[in-house]
Amino acid sequence: MLFEQVLQQIINGLMLGSIYISVAVAFTLAIGILNFLNFTIPALYMLAGMVGWSLSQYGVPFGLSGPVNWAFALFIGIICAILASLLVERFTYRYFKMKHGDATEHAIPLVSSLGFLLIFEYIILIAHGSDTRGFSTAFSNLDWRIGGFIISIPQLLSLVFSILIVAGLSVLLKRSKVGRALRAIAENPDAATIMGIDVDRIVPIVFILIGFLCGISAAIFAINYHEVSPYMGDHVGTKAIAAMVIGGLGSVWGAIAGGLIVGLSETLSIYFFGASSAQITVWGLLLLLLVFRPTGLFGHNAIGKGKF
Amino acid sequence: MSGYLSGVLAILGINIIFAYSIYITAATGQLNLGGAGFQAIGAYACALLSNELGLPIYLTLVFSAILGGAISFLIAFPVLRTKGVYMVLATFAIAEIVAGIILNTDYLGGPTGMIVNAYIETEVVLVVAVIIVILGFYIMSTRIGLAMRAVHDDEAVADLMGVDKRAIQVGAFTIGGAIAGLSGGLYALYFGFIEAQYFNANISIFVLLYVLIGGTQTAWGPLVGASFFTLIPEALRIGDDWRFFIFGVIIVIMMIFRPEGIVTRDALERVWRQLFSGKRNV
Repeated sequence: MLFEQVLQQIINGLMLGSIYISVAVAFTLAIGILNFLNFTIPALYMLAGMVGWSLSQYGVPFGLSGPVNWAFALFIGIICAILASLLVERFTYRYFKMKHGDATEHAIPLVSSLGFLLIFEYIILIAHGSDTRGFSTAFSNLDWRIGGFIISIPQLLSLVFSILIVAGLSVLLKRSKVGRALRAIAENPDAATIMGIDVDRIVPIVFILIGFLCGISAAIFAINYHEVSPYMGDHVGTKAIAAMVIGGLGSVWGAIAGGLIVGLSETLSIYFFGASSAQITVWGLLLLLLVFRPTGLFGHNAIGKGKF
Repeated sequence: MSGYLSGVLAILGINIIFAYSIYITAATGQLNLGGAGFQAIGAYACALLSNELGLPIYLTLVFSAILGGAISFLIAFPVLRTKGVYMVLATFAIAEIVAGIILNTDYLGGPTGMIVNAYIETEVVLVVAVIIVILGFYIMSTRIGLAMRAVHDDEAVADLMGVDKRAIQVGAFTIGGAIAGLSGGLYALYFGFIEAQYFNANISIFVLLYVLIGGTQTAWGPLVGASFFTLIPEALRIGDDWRFFIFGVIIVIMMIFRPEGIVTRDALERVWRQLFSGKRNV
């Protein structure tokens, strides 16, 4: 009996992990390619969910339309996350390259992205208040029972879906021309410029991908858990950072493994030690890993050392 | 002094002390994104000592600083093995773990928080803040301050020049932890109630922003940064949500036009020259 309950928790943990995967990949892309710890990612995630909710509830602002279909609303939410991410690129990352002869220079994009985190979060708080909102979608309660285990079909689909997206991304990075350019920029931006890569045109692609991954992940969350809130990004964001570090900074497949590990350890420690123990387990694991194996499970040695 | 004014001044004092704790670490080139954790340690130490043992206020404050310093000294060795973005994440993780432990310990009140019996006046907070500011300026004016500046500007060269890099970094981290503990103790005594949820990631982020916006090059930075971001919203009298929105806008604009903070070494030199040389020279 205990064994079956634990197995059910493992299933739940993997499902929870599927939410973290996409966000963790967004973090790892920003770090791996641009050497930039992008703190706007939780805000982009929240933005997609809240914009989707607001559209499906009230329609376009200023009375331009009635409530919108939930799927279309979430789609617009994802577009909003991508646009916001491009805004961050324009005002945060481009000024990164202005060199100032000081060691705090590496903190410039980090601090600036913290500023954007506040801006996005408080725009939504001003507009909609701080309550958690119910988000009803077509999938209300589709549980699939096999041999006593409960598997929610939308969750299973979203796990498969997020792994497929990330796998596609990984192929894109390896095979396509853009992917090769991105990997060149990751290795050395100056050398990439000399080799004829237009860095200013390629870099926005990373930010589009970041916005897309956050938006997709928020849509999956809204469909599975039927709720959104202005603080939804904080919880997922911190867990995704943990997932990124566990998998290794800059490693896409590491982020997948890390997301699943974080989801598993969260549900298992809640099951065995109570609700608020998850925080200690996940962050304790992260701290131990940072100290004893800072490259994570699949990480690259050169990333994130010395500079941001 | 009206109740409103004394409340604002107390928050200002606590914020300035907290900002100096992060500044001392940042002055050696390390970013500490776990300030709230050390503040929480100080606050709970202070609350327990005064509630359970009935120690006098000044002793509890000293103990909360000592405990904050001792714990950060122990943590410094594993944490300072990490660098750059890993260090930011490691300190962030520590703050989360401290909050998690407090939430899970019934003796510390868990999620319901804890009432502190002792009470201090605004004046005490302000006196301690002045002492800490003077201490910050003093440290930066000594040879240790020079060594910290050297490590901040270039670790490898400072190491080559015979600066004991590791001792400087561990020392700065420990002093920072002690000052953060002190600010937590003051917070607990002034507000009379503490809960783990208050010491969250946002607090760590804000205090780091005060320091970086103020500027890490001189000891003026945290004083100017913390005062600026505590007093300006009060002066404008705007709602809480708008306050943080404008805070974010200011940060983004500042990073574009003045990424090294409000107060820099160059700016200070120019001001001094204008004030004391009598004639203008550029």
